[in-house]
Amino acid sequence: MLKFEHVTKRYHETGDVLKDVTFHLQRGEIAFLTGHSGAGKSTLLKLIALIERPTRGQIILDGHSLNHIKENQIPYLRRKMGFIFQDYKLLQDRTVFDNVALPLVITGQSHHDIARRVRASLDKVGLLGKERQYPLALSGGEQQRVGIARAVVNKPPLIIADEPTGNLDPELSAEIMTLFESFQQVGVTVLIASHDLFLIKKLNHRVLTLDHGQLIAS
Amino acid sequence: MKQNKSTKHRPQTKPNNSKNKISGSGFFSKIEGYRDQHAHALFSSLGRMVASPFASIVTIVVLAITISLAGGFYMLVVNVQQLTGSLEDSNQISLFLKDDVSDAYAAEFADTLKQNVNVQSVTIISKEKGLQEFETYSGFGSAINALEVNPLPIVVQVLPKDTLVDEQSLIALFDELKRSAEVDQAQMDMQWVKRLQSIVAIAKRGTTLLALMLAIAVIFVTGNTIRLEVHNRRDEIVIARLVGATNSFIQRPFLYNGFWIGFVSGVMAWFIITIMMLILKQSVEKLSALYNDAFKMLFFSYSETFVLLGISCLLAVLGSCAVLQFQLRYTKLN
Ligand SMILES: Nc1ncnc2c1ncn2[C@@H]1O[C@H](COP(=O)(O)OP(=O)(O)O)[C@@H](O)[C@H]1O
Ligand SMILES: [Mg+2]
Repeated sequence: MLKFEHVTKRYHETGDVLKDVTFHLQRGEIAFLTGHSGAGKSTLLKLIALIERPTRGQIILDGHSLNHIKENQIPYLRRKMGFIFQDYKLLQDRTVFDNVALPLVITGQSHHDIARRVRASLDKVGLLGKERQYPLALSGGEQQRVGIARAVVNKPPLIIADEPTGNLDPELSAEIMTLFESFQQVGVTVLIASHDLFLIKKLNHRVLTLDHGQLIAS
Repeated sequence: MKQNKSTKHRPQTKPNNSKNKISGSGFFSKIEGYRDQHAHALFSSLGRMVASPFASIVTIVVLAITISLAGGFYMLVVNVQQLTGSLEDSNQISLFLKDDVSDAYAAEFADTLKQNVNVQSVTIISKEKGLQEFETYSGFGSAINALEVNPLPIVVQVLPKDTLVDEQSLIALFDELKRSAEVDQAQMDMQWVKRLQSIVAIAKRGTTLLALMLAIAVIFVTGNTIRLEVHNRRDEIVIARLVGATNSFIQRPFLYNGFWIGFVSGVMAWFIITIMMLILKQSVEKLSALYNDAFKMLFFSYSETFVLLGISCLLAVLGSCAVLQFQLRYTKLN
């Protein structure tokens, strides 16, 4: 499903942030990406999202190398992934419904289809009935669940989360993790960057560990 | 991106389309979605403008004034041009007699002119009559009264025969009359019609140049407004990008915003020009009465209104487009 082959990322200012990273995630697999702050976790996820391009090596998604994706094809590729962020990245002046609907609206689906799928997605994260609310009126855990509902609303085969529980207390974090596990059970591949070692240990999943840009355990 | 609050009632798809709709992503559903997307961007951008009017109102007023400057000059040229059109067929010759020519001698001179085969009719305007007319029409009556002597010459108006249509023979007649000993100055109306026509031609060219400059101003002002709007909605653009929005999707609401700015400015400019013309109308009509109502003020026609609005919208969209090409490329995701 997702393969990194000798991927190196060099920034002009900071040098090699990722060094010769190689791993393979199977379809339907759930994995944690961990490591100290500044280890390169976010950078690795940005390469998958095509926000950044690798300096060397290649990333293969679903059998296709991302190196050959042209600038104007990137949006279509991103629709196959769901992104979840530590700061939720919700539109504060839009309702929960509008926020979750965004990935569907951009693909040009009809109102009818959008409404149906948004409700299904909100139902999955346990927020049905909050469609009309604005993100600021929700708790942190709820906001993150809105972010998750948005990430999965168009049923992407790959979910990528960057410190999704970074702003949440352990209890809420556990809830969020349970959600991710439920997506995995329906065949979605999930990659979660996190430095919450306690949580990671509790859940018995694959762990990729980065140290100064090098993958030291996978 | 903003959803209609109340789920809109939409007409049921015709039964023969229903098999395409089963999957929910059939052809008709796609078209419907695409249309929804456009309608949504169009109206949400309008809604946004109405919701925060002060953001756009400065731009719109500036643009309306700019557009009305260009449009106003255009209307001026159009009106003066039709004036030259209505005067074209008058080719009366005015002979201003020398100061020492008496009324009696002037009458004699007029009689000899009537003998000329090329002359249709001759009218004498005496010094007194000339003064009278001047007083009534010029509004300078009291100033003239202050003068002790009547400064106006006797004028003999000669109307050439209708058969004399070509310019050559008209000029020949004109030269012949001008050479008469009694005549101080001669003037053929055609000359000032010609002069007016060339002035109009220059004014037309000037208006075109001015309009070009103002068009550039419209493009830049709209562009700058859209640039600020893009800046204000950076977060939204970044998020839309992350969930896979294409550039054309992201641009759309901004382009429609530009469109509305152009449209509203155009409508406002139309009103500005029309109101100004209505204010001038009375004085123009008074003036026109002097020329046997030869002149009727021309207002915007339907097609001119259409073109005015079209150009306003086009320029505004153009400005937005140019800025978006540049801005979106440099909106980084991190
Ligand atoms: N755009 C960038 N330009 C230069 N250096 C960067 C950039 N983004 C990240 N880095 C550097 O890359 C290293 C890894 O950053 P990051 O991937 O965010 O780490 P993590 O998410 O594991 O904390 C850091 O040292 C950071 O300074
Ligand atoms: Mg990070």
